Amino acid sequence: MAEVNSPSLTERKPLSQIFKDLINPIKTVSFSSKVWDRFLILIIIWGTFAYIHQLQSGLGITAMRDYSTWGVYISNFVFLVAVSLVGFLLTAILKLTGIKWATPISRIAELVAVAAVMFAGLSIIVDMGRPDRIHHIPLHGRFSSPIVWDITVVNIYLIMSVIMLYLPMIPDLAILRDRYTDAPGWKKKLYTLLALDWKGTDEQYKLLNRANRIMMILIMPVALGIHTVTSWLFAVNSRTGWDSTIFGPYFVSGAFVAGTAAVIIAMYVYQRAYKLDAYITGKHWDMMGKLLVLVSLVYLYFNINEFLVPGYKMKKLDAEHIRALFVGHEAPLFWGVQILGMIIPIILLIFKPFRKPLPMMIIALFVLVGGWLKRFLIVVPTQFHPTFPIQNVPENFMVYHPTLAEISITLALIAGVLLIMTWFVRLFPIIPIWEIAHEEGYHQVEEEAKKPESTE
Amino acid sequence: MLEFTKSETTEKKDRRDFLKMLGLTIGAAGAVTTFTSATLGATNLNSSKSTLSLIGPDGDLVEVDPAKLQMAEEIVSDSELLREYQRRGREGIPGKKWVMVIDLAKCQNARKCMEACQGAHELRPEQHHINVLRMQDTPDTAPYFMPKPCFHCDNPPCVKVCPVDATFKRQDGIVLIDNLRCIGCRFCVAGCPYSARIFQWSEPDMTEEEKLRTYDVELNVPQRKGTISKCLFSADRLRIGKLPYCVSACPNGVYWFGDKNEDAVTNGTTGETVRFSDLVRDNAGYTMHEEFGTKPQVFYLPAKDRRVPYDEANRMSTQN
Repeated sequence: MAEVNSPSLTERKPLSQIFKDLINPIKTVSFSSKVWDRFLILIIIWGTFAYIHQLQSGLGITAMRDYSTWGVYISNFVFLVAVSLVGFLLTAILKLTGIKWATPISRIAELVAVAAVMFAGLSIIVDMGRPDRIHHIPLHGRFSSPIVWDITVVNIYLIMSVIMLYLPMIPDLAILRDRYTDAPGWKKKLYTLLALDWKGTDEQYKLLNRANRIMMILIMPVALGIHTVTSWLFAVNSRTGWDSTIFGPYFVSGAFVAGTAAVIIAMYVYQRAYKLDAYITGKHWDMMGKLLVLVSLVYLYFNINEFLVPGYKMKKLDAEHIRALFVGHEAPLFWGVQILGMIIPIILLIFKPFRKPLPMMIIALFVLVGGWLKRFLIVVPTQFHPTFPIQNVPENFMVYHPTLAEISITLALIAGVLLIMTWFVRLFPIIPIWEIAHEEGYHQVEEEAKKPESTE
Repeated sequence: MLEFTKSETTEKKDRRDFLKMLGLTIGAAGAVTTFTSATLGATNLNSSKSTLSLIGPDGDLVEVDPAKLQMAEEIVSDSELLREYQRRGREGIPGKKWVMVIDLAKCQNARKCMEACQGAHELRPEQHHINVLRMQDTPDTAPYFMPKPCFHCDNPPCVKVCPVDATFKRQDGIVLIDNLRCIGCRFCVAGCPYSARIFQWSEPDMTEEEKLRTYDVELNVPQRKGTISKCLFSADRLRIGKLPYCVSACPNGVYWFGDKNEDAVTNGTTGETVRFSDLVRDNAGYTMHEEFGTKPQVFYLPAKDRRVPYDEANRMSTQN
């Protein structure tokens, strides 16, 4: 077996306990969990009806018009790409630099990423005027269009992230195959199939570690790529508010914030729902809290650059846009997002009492909702400050208030992300069993898993 | 002088192939007609006329039996017609480089251009391929009216960002949009700094019969739900040697239109033709927001002798 840590913890958990704790969430589906997923499914059905309505009537049922041609759908896309960025980057950077504390939450972070990026692609399709012509992109694709770059890089990221979620799960799947003996037949078949005849030999671990390492290195440019290219969808246009050279790093830093907040919320829910207090401990909350402060400070720095510099010059069209954000129509939302979603979270999380599960989860909720609204503020208001005045169009061309259909479809997309995160836990261990066992100093985890539970 | 001809001999071979495909061969020498004349001639058929004069491949007149032409028209299936429209629509008119000059000093907001344009392209009242804007550059200067079509930029941002080549720049300078290709992502709307583009948010108002018409990419008709539309410099009119709809409709002599290669532009109201370079130079012509680097091909002559009263302008500027 590959090198493992010597047991340094004073109170070492029995291996059978680890198996039990981490396999249990798969075995039993609680009532509240069932209610929760029925609720999500209802939202998705409702959103699907809204989408069918949109397909029939056209995008006219949204509030989008010629001077607000991108609305909440594109905001959703940018938001979901943002949320998906941090998952693999976080685990890759920490693992490659030999930092161990993130082991129990690595799969949570990766799952958030996979679920979000899956629905990011869908939110682009939802925005298309002619989704029936989606095959035109591979058929007639032109590489000069940033959309083609974005589709390319997001799909590469999706494929790589599924592989990266799966690879470190192989030993766990073998453990499930051998240990979860009372599983229904289809689950057994699934585990046997996906475990790829894993035996836990040194040779296998060597291969697995090498594969993981290569993927962790490769995912970094791709992860940075997805959000940089997404920022270019805006920055390549000569439009006030988008015409910015720092949009790439500005978006990436914002994605770190949204993604970290999403991981914190997921940690809270999984910890509460599956009683994982022994695995997701105070240390993890403390570190994630500090991480959120760090990434938020970086984001604050880019915000200052993005708004203060054009705000100082007040060039004619910039001035219109900045006035609308600072003191005009968009001001309540803008300052609400900046203060409640960034500045106050930074201040609170500096203090240790706030780096506890419940306060942190609430703070992260504010940050995440703020993150969505921030994307909305990046996408929409800019379009109302075109080069020439908006004239000879009806009143509803001058404002953008999302319609019920848009809100329904948005909620369905979010529900989809949550549903994947809910269902995943019913099939696979949300905390990597073998990695925890290795860190606790257990060898031959696979052999132990084969022993019947009653003997312990 | 600006002279539009119906037949371009450079396209001879293509046309011959096309007509062969249609099964339209007339006369023993294999003389063929141009596509346009064939269809136009066929629709204008009159039973009292025994033969029809058409231009042959070498520019000579050929007398043909109308009955044969009518037969040919029946053979032209919708898909073949569409294929030809699409082919010539993408290719453009060889040797031309269309350019427009808008004299802001002349515009009195008659809006005949907007009406003609909306009628031809079957647009709703709120949809504009050309939009006459009330402009006021600074609070201290008098306002003026500014017709704003698509500028058919030589470095078009809309074309660069289109992921499927639905919007493209032709050899004659026209930026067109293919409503059968467009996926409705609206990146071009975001990309155009001049707000020249509109989107069909809902099903265009048409009868079922009207929907079945063969789509002409040079006219964007019939309009398609979920796709982009915009000013086309009336590419369909240029093909038959006429000035664009807006240019011909203007009662005030605002528009000049022509071929940059010929260095000649014709006024749509007066029919006067002048040198393009002289017109632009002598009247301090300019293009809009050159700083974007888009190289617009619509030139403006400054709004001297402004016609809107100053107070009226202030009232309007507070409205917007």
